[in-house]
Amino acid sequence: MNKASHVSRVGRSPSRLNQRRFRAERRFRRLGLLGVVLALASVVFLLGTIFSSGYSAFWRLQFAVDIQFDPALMKITERPTAEELQEVHYLALFRKNLERAYPEVKKRSERRKLAQMFSESAPDVLRELVLADPTLVGETRRVWVLASSSADMIAKGNAPRDIEEKRRVLTDQQLAWLDQWEEEGLARNRFNTRFFTSGPSRSPELAGLAGAIVGSALTLLVTLIISFPVGVAAAVYLEEYAPKNRISEIIEVNINNLAAVPSIIFGLLGLAVLLNFFGLPRGTPLVGGIVLSLMTLPTIIIASRAALKAVPPSIRDGALAMGASPMQTVFHHVLPLAMPGMLTGTIIGLAQALGETAPLLMIGMFAFVADIPSGVVDQASALPVQIYLWAESSERGYVELTAAGIMVILIFLVLMNLLAVFLRKKFERRW
Amino acid sequence: MTAYLIAAIFLLALNGFYAGRNRARSIRVGSRLNSLPQYHGIHVALWCGLPALILLVLWVSFEPVVVEALVQASLSAEFRALSEDQAVLAMMEIRNLAQGISGVQTNLPYAEDAATMLTRLSRIADYALVASVAVVAILGLGLARSHITLEFQARQSVERVFNVFIFLSSAVAVMTTVAIVLSLLFESFQFFKQVPLHEFLFGLKWNPQIAIRADQGASTGAFGAVPVFSGTLLIALVAMLVAGPIGLASAVYFSEYARPRVRDVAKPILELLAGIPTVVYGFFAALTVAPLVRELGLELGLEVEARSALAAGVVMGIMIIPFISSLADDVITAVPQSLREGSYAMGATQSETIKYVIFPAALPGIVGAFLLAISRAIGETMIVAMAAGLNANLTANPLENVTTVTVQIVVALIGDQEFDDPKTLSAFALGLVLFAMTLILNVVALMIVKRYREQYE
Repeated sequence: MNKASHVSRVGRSPSRLNQRRFRAERRFRRLGLLGVVLALASVVFLLGTIFSSGYSAFWRLQFAVDIQFDPALMKITERPTAEELQEVHYLALFRKNLERAYPEVKKRSERRKLAQMFSESAPDVLRELVLADPTLVGETRRVWVLASSSADMIAKGNAPRDIEEKRRVLTDQQLAWLDQWEEEGLARNRFNTRFFTSGPSRSPELAGLAGAIVGSALTLLVTLIISFPVGVAAAVYLEEYAPKNRISEIIEVNINNLAAVPSIIFGLLGLAVLLNFFGLPRGTPLVGGIVLSLMTLPTIIIASRAALKAVPPSIRDGALAMGASPMQTVFHHVLPLAMPGMLTGTIIGLAQALGETAPLLMIGMFAFVADIPSGVVDQASALPVQIYLWAESSERGYVELTAAGIMVILIFLVLMNLLAVFLRKKFERRW
Repeated sequence: MTAYLIAAIFLLALNGFYAGRNRARSIRVGSRLNSLPQYHGIHVALWCGLPALILLVLWVSFEPVVVEALVQASLSAEFRALSEDQAVLAMMEIRNLAQGISGVQTNLPYAEDAATMLTRLSRIADYALVASVAVVAILGLGLARSHITLEFQARQSVERVFNVFIFLSSAVAVMTTVAIVLSLLFESFQFFKQVPLHEFLFGLKWNPQIAIRADQGASTGAFGAVPVFSGTLLIALVAMLVAGPIGLASAVYFSEYARPRVRDVAKPILELLAGIPTVVYGFFAALTVAPLVRELGLELGLEVEARSALAAGVVMGIMIIPFISSLADDVITAVPQSLREGSYAMGATQSETIKYVIFPAALPGIVGAFLLAISRAIGETMIVAMAAGLNANLTANPLENVTTVTVQIVVALIGDQEFDDPKTLSAFALGLVLFAMTLILNVVALMIVKRYREQYE
């Protein structure tokens, strides 16, 4: 080794050579530190980008309009039935009231621009108000209506304001209205409850995550029901029962290789086998859950085996010596001791499954489903898939929704991992 | 309905458990049972539940096929006159009619009758299912319960079922692998019937756009996958250039230099990166990194495309950092302390020890870690689907946009799937290549790591 020459030269000119060696030492050390700093910086940069572009989605701009619930405008009698109220053309009512509130807006194109300041959900808001309280008919009431996505973006600074009119999402006049309303107190920001209560929508200001959250929950439920018992049983077999022979070895090698198969391959498997061969319903949590459980099985098996290995052999020997059968030994003594480790592994596996997108895309869980799924054989979406769909959408209003969706999924992941850490800390036993 | 049936079977099995246990207890009086009462209970529950569940699953999977075959048989003459595609369409119309989907247009004279028949047969089948499941479950319960005697070895019987269950559970992994290989091979075989193998492996043009209508005969699509492979490798290379040095440097720092307290704080933060879903990285790449790379390129006077390989590769590299860093950390820590101490005793500084003693000793493990990381990069889907190109482009320039195997799989399967169309089938051929590549990388990596470990144990 060339080390020998260094050492022999140390005697002759120690200070110069050693200075160089110590400089090299410091340089090397700094390189290592640089690596760590770069890695940590990318964590911060990544999370910082997500949070800074996503937090604003939790608030929505609303505008106030004085609505006169005029029976003549609504084309109903003084004492309408619920059905009549349901049938009223609320969009016309809303437009007419806007015209009344802003009589200076005369041209049709301008009126349209004015109406475009509001979300298209405005008529629905009026309908709900009237249906909830029919005595409103004939009254005038100040109603808060969601702003359109464009107005919302400008107000929050998510879309540039100081650029030429053509490239801006609002016209000069619309911008003037926005400023005027903000000044007069006709604009306010409210918590975006819709984000958590409604499904996807073609208008960014109306879109929510509820359908995707329910879809993900159902998918994970199927995953849990399949992968936990099967994973634990497989681990018990491999760790406690399997004879040392070729078959066990093949199974073991297989599990390790399966853990490294790209997730998209599992999607292809689901498509070819579950959908085309077995004819299971496409794009449902049932199929998604089966695919994800095949994917998480290796994780759960490996973690469960580690947990079983950690149970000292003396426990088994003691049970067997007392006359317990192998199954009794496993169920009464080994499994209860290994359970915290197995649960931890399962939760970590489920957390991985929650973030998986590609296999779910392959089996068609990307359809636009406006309804919130109610069972495992309903068409559904999932959290990461919804995030992908929003991210791919060309409309700018979806950017903050995407980032906010990511924040939600990250919170779920953090919670699951905290639960896993808690379980491990609380029930961990050392012998 | 299936859900209710399953619940009913479970309730019946639970009932069976109590029935069996109580009977065992009642005959125990004064003498000794072979097995504990609860094993008799479980035995009865298994006999009651398992056959019924198996029957249910089989029935549910085969009922639609049988019912439709019966309907088709009744239509025989007119139906056989139809071509295969028309027959499929006709069945779909009949099915929609039967489900009462409003607005179904049909010009088949017999569709109405067939739909009524389909509905009637399905209803009969449902009743028959409930009846036969009930019969099987109750019969199983009764039989098993009548078996209960003092000498009956209920525990052994239950344990046999349990042993079969745990063996089958561990075989699921093998069955999954077999299913993956078979399904990929089968669909790829269909693909290679239409596109010759040598064209796929060595062709330089990838353009799977197929004529949408039959009269658009001109474009037949090109399936030369070389640009797709080269794009995959280019992005993986960029990723490794980012993740390799950073991951290795942080592994060295964590394992050799960092104080325990720093390590305890910084390492979990770094490992956060491993837990973030890949779709998040994809969004990050498309929203932030790609424009950044583009602007930087413009500053330097370089033409950078919006979906450049560089942006996708850099972000993928960030994703892989914790992977390399923790694997390399493990192998570096596994180098025996005696080697380090020997080197220090010879007067070497810490960095000299790392460079000349630890690296050579840990090299096989580090190579293994890199191979695993490359396999991860090749198989990664969402980052490239969101930030890399969609069109195949044969280039080695990371500033241009290139596509990858996984992107092409996604492109081929999102939207309309037709399993006789080479565009859809190409996804499976690409999947087969991907599976083979990652499998080889993993096997080689695991072999290297294993051999290295044996060296020091």
